[in-house]
Amino acid sequence: MSALTRTKEKWVLLAPAIIVLSLISLAPFLQTVWASFTDAEITALERNSTWIGFENYAYALTDPDFIAALGRTIYFTVVSVGLEGVLGIAVALLLNQKLRGRLFLRVIIILPWAVPTIVNAVAWRLIYHPDYGALNSLLLQLGLIDEYTSWLGDPDWALNMVILADVWKNFPLVAYIALAALQTIPSDLLKAASIEGAGAWKRFRSITLPWIIGPMMVVLILRTIEAFRVFDIIYVMTRGGPADGTKTASFYVYQEYFSYLRSGSGASYAVLVAGISAVLILAYYAGMRRSSQGV
Amino acid sequence: MKRSWFASLALYAAAAALTIFTLAPLVWLVLMSVSSPTDLTAVPLNWWPEQVDLSRYGTLLNLENGSGTRFLSALRNSILTAGGATVIALVVAIPAAYAFSRRDAALILLFGFLATIMMPPITYILPLYEIFGSLGALNKTVTLIVVYCAMLLPFATWLMKTNIDVLPVEVEQAAFMEGASTAFTLRRIVLPLALPAIAATCMLSFLVAWDEFFYALIFTSDLQAKTLPVAIADFSAGRVTDYGVIASVGVLATLPPAILAICFQRFIVSGLAAGSVKG
Repeated sequence: MSALTRTKEKWVLLAPAIIVLSLISLAPFLQTVWASFTDAEITALERNSTWIGFENYAYALTDPDFIAALGRTIYFTVVSVGLEGVLGIAVALLLNQKLRGRLFLRVIIILPWAVPTIVNAVAWRLIYHPDYGALNSLLLQLGLIDEYTSWLGDPDWALNMVILADVWKNFPLVAYIALAALQTIPSDLLKAASIEGAGAWKRFRSITLPWIIGPMMVVLILRTIEAFRVFDIIYVMTRGGPADGTKTASFYVYQEYFSYLRSGSGASYAVLVAGISAVLILAYYAGMRRSSQGV
Repeated sequence: MKRSWFASLALYAAAAALTIFTLAPLVWLVLMSVSSPTDLTAVPLNWWPEQVDLSRYGTLLNLENGSGTRFLSALRNSILTAGGATVIALVVAIPAAYAFSRRDAALILLFGFLATIMMPPITYILPLYEIFGSLGALNKTVTLIVVYCAMLLPFATWLMKTNIDVLPVEVEQAAFMEGASTAFTLRRIVLPLALPAIAATCMLSFLVAWDEFFYALIFTSDLQAKTLPVAIADFSAGRVTDYGVIASVGVLATLPPAILAICFQRFIVSGLAAGSVKG
């Protein structure tokens, strides 16, 4: 086959995918960027939006509510992904031990991953219910609290409770990746270290962790990208409340669009959020390249 | 290496804690779905139902009442949406994957594909909403299928590419020597060999589409197109006084993915790992 035919064929094979993604993802993205420089609004009336340059951005970057929403999103992301990383590695180390019932454990930890995001949110909302929730009942019966608490009703607590629900659903993915990485460590290496007198912690620090860090970084950055755009679980559990205590960046943009109908201003927030995501995506790309070159 | 009894004890304690942490919320969801409303509103709770009450499942699976209609039409829409999007995404993804694997398409383009699904959906939502609105395409299953196809396509392409990479290239070369076209080779030689990978990709794609909430929330408005996640959010936000109903809907929506996940765990885990470990 000639080189020319090969090249032509390559583009024919790629064309459907490129067309779909251009129409459904790229074009809307460019349109959002465009709208962010206008004063467009969502309205049934005929209304021409005008170009206002960086006015939306100037407003967005000094909007204390948006900055606070970004801060909460970063807090949510760092704490959830951090906990998922620690818990995931711990679970993987446990599942990598010779243990009766290990297979059972390996099978059941896929269940939280399989629970749909919305079901997870609904289930934990019921568990946290202020009057009839399982958490209140359990803690009361164990004598850990004196009276029922409104876990999602307290602005300081709410986000942490949402994080717990998110960690429950997402730690299995991290654990499976960590386990897959652990299983590639040559056991001779650990045995040799053990004979040399290295303790368990030393072996973990100097052999296990460096060995799995590549794939772990990749999956954790992937989780960071996902956590940063958190919306579903917030929508169901708290709708951004109480007192905006769980209002994250995506939820903020959603409200700017669909509650206040300011599409131009909303678009500028969306582009700022996308910019932060883009940085994370590039970090993911760099991490992928490093780990595929086999660190 | 022999473990001390203390280390063993610690390990088994950790295993027990993990089991409880993993299963307790699910077991409680199932228990809620079969407990009587009075058990569920007792303070403190009656953890174990005195009588197993399956009536909520009966109501939800019966078209002749409001909740049943809402649940069953959402179930139908979810199956159609996730199924349709999965099939179309695969049909588009396989040729693209072949181009990346065997026709030296630049990998940076594949990464560009993946970047489109890593962006927050909030950056696409409004232009899509306005375009679909002006086309009269809101609240239609086919619209969701198109959007989901774009959402599934990048990951499906990547997964198929990593799988086609490891197929023996000699068979294809032999076919080309004999004068077979690329379309023929792809259909008759690559596809049969890649069948397990296609099954795994289908399953993961289906699960992702089954789980999607945000687009469905914005683009659908009634029984005609609302998918299960949106219906569940409605059930949970509505004035349902019986929490057992919400729990039952949750259990039913979790069953298909949970069964798939348990049965095809190897597939799924290696598919997920492909996304992070392999390049």
